[in-house]
Amino acid sequence: MRYIEPHAHMVSRVTDDYLAMTTAGCAAVCEPAFWAGFDRSGPAGFYDYFCQLTEHEPRRAAKFGLPHFSWLCINPKESEDVALAREVIALIPQFLERPNVLGIGEIGLNKNSRNELKVLEMHVELAAQRGQLILVHTPHLEDKRKGTRLTLDVLRADRRIRPERCIIDHVEEHTIQMVLDGGFWAGMTLYPETKCTGARAVDMVERYGLERLWMNSACDWGASVPLAVPYAAMEMRRRGHGPEAVDRLIYENPLRFCRQCPKFTLPVVPV
Amino acid sequence: MDLYYLEARAKLIDVAAFLDRLDRAEGEADFRLGAFKQAMGRLESGGGDRAEQVLLSLSDPTAEPIPAATTKAACGAWPGNS
Repeated sequence: MRYIEPHAHMVSRVTDDYLAMTTAGCAAVCEPAFWAGFDRSGPAGFYDYFCQLTEHEPRRAAKFGLPHFSWLCINPKESEDVALAREVIALIPQFLERPNVLGIGEIGLNKNSRNELKVLEMHVELAAQRGQLILVHTPHLEDKRKGTRLTLDVLRADRRIRPERCIIDHVEEHTIQMVLDGGFWAGMTLYPETKCTGARAVDMVERYGLERLWMNSACDWGASVPLAVPYAAMEMRRRGHGPEAVDRLIYENPLRFCRQCPKFTLPVVPV
Repeated sequence: MDLYYLEARAKLIDVAAFLDRLDRAEGEADFRLGAFKQAMGRLESGGGDRAEQVLLSLSDPTAEPIPAATTKAACGAWPGNS
């Protein structure tokens, strides 16, 4: 089995997780900028974090032969403070040319507030100006459906944004249809409690097909499973899906999306 | 059935035990319990979209952004249903 982990917060994970992931067939890992679990005290904290994502973490992954890519932003959980967000977003352009940066993410909404929406629009403006790919976080639990709708409205309102260059992550059964209908990519996040189980992800594959769909673990400092993608792949096999379908979902699809950024190059990995 | 029955059976008993636990607990339940029980009603619906119906039942149905975020966390049910 080979797979790409398109969404993992490896700065929060131990080295053993890198070993387990590469042993399970992980061929690349992509790390969007995330909330640290506490609010950073100012822009300098984000500058250091962006250095960590673009310098330190790729070196850590390289010890396991694992290519590491990143996405940059101020996460929606820290977007209520628009002035801070403006300062952080101003830091991002100097990092965009770094060799492992794929685009702007994970941007979006958390509680669907007016300020979060403003900051989302600022990120979209930056992505549009710089021709960057976009990775969108959609809100949790009761806020997801509304937040997904609001986010899609923002993206659709900007004619420079091409939906096929945007991944809308953390979809569930009540949001996947609107994302795919809009021409966007959809990401299914495999969390034990708050998002989607492997079985439900395979249900969505069976219902909506394999086009513009990927799975990720989004493993971070909370309850999450770094091997969730290969586990869900095993669930697919258990239900009788062939190796070609599994490979398409967990390797070919994230490869197809990510290589819209020319920096996303991988050594040839055998199936 | 062979793949998932026992797993679903276990989860169903967990839900029953959760409700029993709440019955034994002191204090008043908040709006989440009502939302939970309302969502359970969606299990009776047909059409192969029960998961979607349960998620919709627990979702904020409004369309306008809120004035300000006063917390970072979601609680799993929309208080407006209470």
